[in-house]
Amino acid sequence: MSSVAIPAPGRRRIRWSRVVVYSLILAFLLFFLLPVYLLLITSFKSFDQVSLSRMWDLPTSFSLESFNRAWNGGEGVIGMRGSFWNSVQMVVPATVISCILGSLNGYVLSKWRFPGSETLFTLILFGMFIPYQSILVPLVEVLREIRLYATIPGLVLVHVVYGIPITTLIFRNYYATVPNELVEAAKIDGADFFGIYRSVMLPLSAPGFVVVAIWQFTSIWNEFLFGLIITNDPQLRPVTVALQNLSGSQFTQWNVQMAGALLVALPPLLVYIFLGKYFLRGLLAGSLKG
Amino acid sequence: MQQAETLSARPARRVRWMNRDRAIALLMIAPSALAIAVFVYGFIGWTAYISMTDWRGLAISTSFVGFDNYLTIFSTGRFQTNIRNLIVFTLFFLASCLVIGLLLAVLVDARIRFEGFFRSVYIFPMALSFIVTGVVWQWLFAPGNWPNDPTGINLLFKQSGLGFLQAAWTTDTNVVPGWRIEGLRTRIGIPMAMIPVVVAAVWQMSGFVMAMYLAGLRGIPDEIKEAARVDGATEWQVFRHITLPMLQPITLSAVIILGHISLKIFDLIITMTGGAPGNNTEVPGLYMYEITFKANKFAEGAAVAMVMLVVVALLVVPYLIYNRRTEVER
Amino acid sequence: MLTTKWLKLFGVFSILALALAACGAPAPSQPTAAPAQPTTAPAQTGGKLEIFSWWTNAGEADGLNAMFELYKQQNPGVEIINATVAGGAGTNAKTVLKTRLQGGQPPDSWQVHAGKELTSYVDAGQMVPLTQFFKEQGFDKVMPPKLLEQITYKGEIWSVPVNIHRSNVLWYNIKIFQENGLTPPKTIDDFFKVAEALKAKGIIPLAVGGKDRFETPHLFESVLLAVFGPEDYPKLFQPGADWSDPRVRQAAEIAKRMLEYSNSDRSSLGWADAAQLVLDGKAAMTIMGDWAHGYFIGKGAKVGVDYGYAPAPGNEGVFMWLSDSFGLAKGAPNPEQAKAWLALCGSREGQDAFNPKKGSIPARTDADVSLYDEYLQYSIKAFSSEKLVPSVVHGAAAPEAYMTEYGNALNVFASDLDVDAVVEALKDAAKDLK
Repeated sequence: MSSVAIPAPGRRRIRWSRVVVYSLILAFLLFFLLPVYLLLITSFKSFDQVSLSRMWDLPTSFSLESFNRAWNGGEGVIGMRGSFWNSVQMVVPATVISCILGSLNGYVLSKWRFPGSETLFTLILFGMFIPYQSILVPLVEVLREIRLYATIPGLVLVHVVYGIPITTLIFRNYYATVPNELVEAAKIDGADFFGIYRSVMLPLSAPGFVVVAIWQFTSIWNEFLFGLIITNDPQLRPVTVALQNLSGSQFTQWNVQMAGALLVALPPLLVYIFLGKYFLRGLLAGSLKG
Repeated sequence: MQQAETLSARPARRVRWMNRDRAIALLMIAPSALAIAVFVYGFIGWTAYISMTDWRGLAISTSFVGFDNYLTIFSTGRFQTNIRNLIVFTLFFLASCLVIGLLLAVLVDARIRFEGFFRSVYIFPMALSFIVTGVVWQWLFAPGNWPNDPTGINLLFKQSGLGFLQAAWTTDTNVVPGWRIEGLRTRIGIPMAMIPVVVAAVWQMSGFVMAMYLAGLRGIPDEIKEAARVDGATEWQVFRHITLPMLQPITLSAVIILGHISLKIFDLIITMTGGAPGNNTEVPGLYMYEITFKANKFAEGAAVAMVMLVVVALLVVPYLIYNRRTEVER
Repeated sequence: MLTTKWLKLFGVFSILALALAACGAPAPSQPTAAPAQPTTAPAQTGGKLEIFSWWTNAGEADGLNAMFELYKQQNPGVEIINATVAGGAGTNAKTVLKTRLQGGQPPDSWQVHAGKELTSYVDAGQMVPLTQFFKEQGFDKVMPPKLLEQITYKGEIWSVPVNIHRSNVLWYNIKIFQENGLTPPKTIDDFFKVAEALKAKGIIPLAVGGKDRFETPHLFESVLLAVFGPEDYPKLFQPGADWSDPRVRQAAEIAKRMLEYSNSDRSSLGWADAAQLVLDGKAAMTIMGDWAHGYFIGKGAKVGVDYGYAPAPGNEGVFMWLSDSFGLAKGAPNPEQAKAWLALCGSREGQDAFNPKKGSIPARTDADVSLYDEYLQYSIKAFSSEKLVPSVVHGAAAPEAYMTEYGNALNVFASDLDVDAVVEALKDAAKDLK
């Protein structure tokens, strides 16, 4: 620790505060990385090294057995390979449709305000906060009625619908930063609704789309309750449900659970690592309003 | 815009064009508005209706019983315990996230080396599913047969000579102080098993709060702080009287965001403890799931869901209204 | 759709095949002569079959696979979808199943405990009656009347029992008992003497789980049986049962003392983890159904060497049973394949393939006893000679709404050990006995 906090010579007061800052920051680093450490060492242990009393020991050799079991299944474990594919099939269309809808809504609510549009926006926004338990039973009934229960398209529909509030919010706030003069100028030039959208908004929208896409991708990938209720069929369920099911099984296979957890975490983590800037912007856009 | 010029065929009839565009705008937002009307408000109404029927068992029943189900759930020790747990979880979770988030933001903002690295590490749990967090922390907080044959962090403590720090964690059955109040069928206090759950939740969300505060800190003009320093203010005074007040709107947003996540919490708890020991970590979200889909008490489950909704609405609706007012003013 | 057309075609063919087989079949080769030695329902050569169960642990999963293998031999080309949801006693699985049923997406056939648990599915119109099927297959002649009673509701039979489990068994680590000169406790008093001696040696006397949320309720039903006896115990789960009986408190006090002799991290362990503690020699005993036997075998342990068995304390001479069975879903996507499955479940061949691995005894009385190991032979004998009472926790005695309340009362008890509270909660729960 002290090696990091090299003080500028002759400034004792600052030096001590630096020591405090760095010790705290490293203590928190430990707290945040401890689970990651456990996750990694456990996932890469071979089965004969897995023992709770040697939980914290480093693996003596590198093994992918746990991943193999978590991915392909065996010994009472249902592999997550299929679920992974289900999640992909769910996330991609849901994200694309969400982006389009959100963009259109944001455009209307920021540039085509009408009497009551603010009220409508607030009403839509409320949908973001509701506990989904309060719509669950009717949702199942309706999905069954329209023959989409226990299907991936059904899950896509649900994620798109309940994604409307957040995607609308992000796009609306994003488009609010586009100067109205640009829109007015286009109107004077005679552009219509779609003309303005195409020529003014879309060219400026790329960051908005990236932010919304990342947001929707990670939150749909990570979602659990809808997957649990709507597609619990092992053939159809998304990864989060599969992982939870994995963790319900035996004690001795906890290394498989860890490997499974890592697999589920991987796609959003990759997004975070490579598109962290946009990820963060999405987070903040979803919270800092206006 | 440039291409749009070709479309400006009839400037004289602009007013009508505008109207048509308005109609298109309305048409474009209509599907979303309709979807929200049905899937949010319609379904909520439907659930509210179910909560006033006597639907039990797998076959739907529609006979109206008023608020009986609400009386039933509120009179059970289990739901009372759920409410207690929810309050404890929310308070601890909010307080810890805000304090740690602010602390992290200040630390990261203190011109440290490898700032980007630390910031990334603190935020990354946000990218994970609560299920992943639950699975990993479940093993960290599994106490084992401690103190002699521990597992998880108890083992880590033992191995690093900090054995005295071992605890029962998620299996701790104590409620502190555990007062009994006449007429209540639960004990008042902090269910100790909730603490590890809060730790896991804070692990996941405090980086997010840090990011919010960091954005806020960076938005405070240095001149203001400099001016105060010139006037002889200490660093603490600058922080206390300039920085903190300027971060207030962010704190409000954070409370709303974290608050609604907390009041709805489900994934993390079902994975990490399943509500055990006893009902000491069970929250209404879990209870609704259990009595609806396990005990087939659909009407009572709907009543629990409605209570959850009302609690969230109490937090969020004033904020949305406030937010709308300030926006209209702008 | 093309596929459904094909299925229909296969259906016609298989009926023809069956008819031919029935005409041309020689006299049954079995001397015991069950009327219809399972000609097995129509051999399927295509399509799918989805079987829903909660058998994921070693042993039970092996048994299920053994049946799947047989099924594949008899019905080549049928793709079996093994829909299992982990979590002991099916607590998670039943929840999942219900959401699927509520959503109108039933699996073809699902695991259901024979008994009251069936009634909720029947009431909701989600199952197909099997009375005729039982006659065709001759199952009604080879299963004990007490069992048939439990799967009959509203005058019809609804599911095919594949096995019998005993729930009130004490499993113990033989080595620990030998080293400490102890014998497995027969009565409740014995239990506390043994537990005290073990505790003094620093061994956990009783391993109890809790993660699956049925373990303490399970323990408590054997205590209830010990206190109430085989005559009064079943009455506790009849509508209008009297739970203000002082013996309920007595049972709760005993259970409290037992839990005080158990591991403190109960709520973080599943039943299998608790069994593992016994196998590892960290704990001396556990009270669990005989699926624990299947688990031990699956872990490579030997009965009579590594672990022993005895009736739960105070349960001598009484066999608390439960039975796993499979029903036919109304609106099953693949009804013919499902019928072939049910025929296999009820057949001697199927049961003898499944049960030795699962660690349970067959629901048929004509099984080949020699296929079963020492414990199971003991259990087969006990089932036919001892007094029989149904298990509550495992669905044979009471409806699900009640089980949820009863279960929760005891899970809370496992945590706070509050006798007054559990007595009250059990009284409240009794309102759900309908």
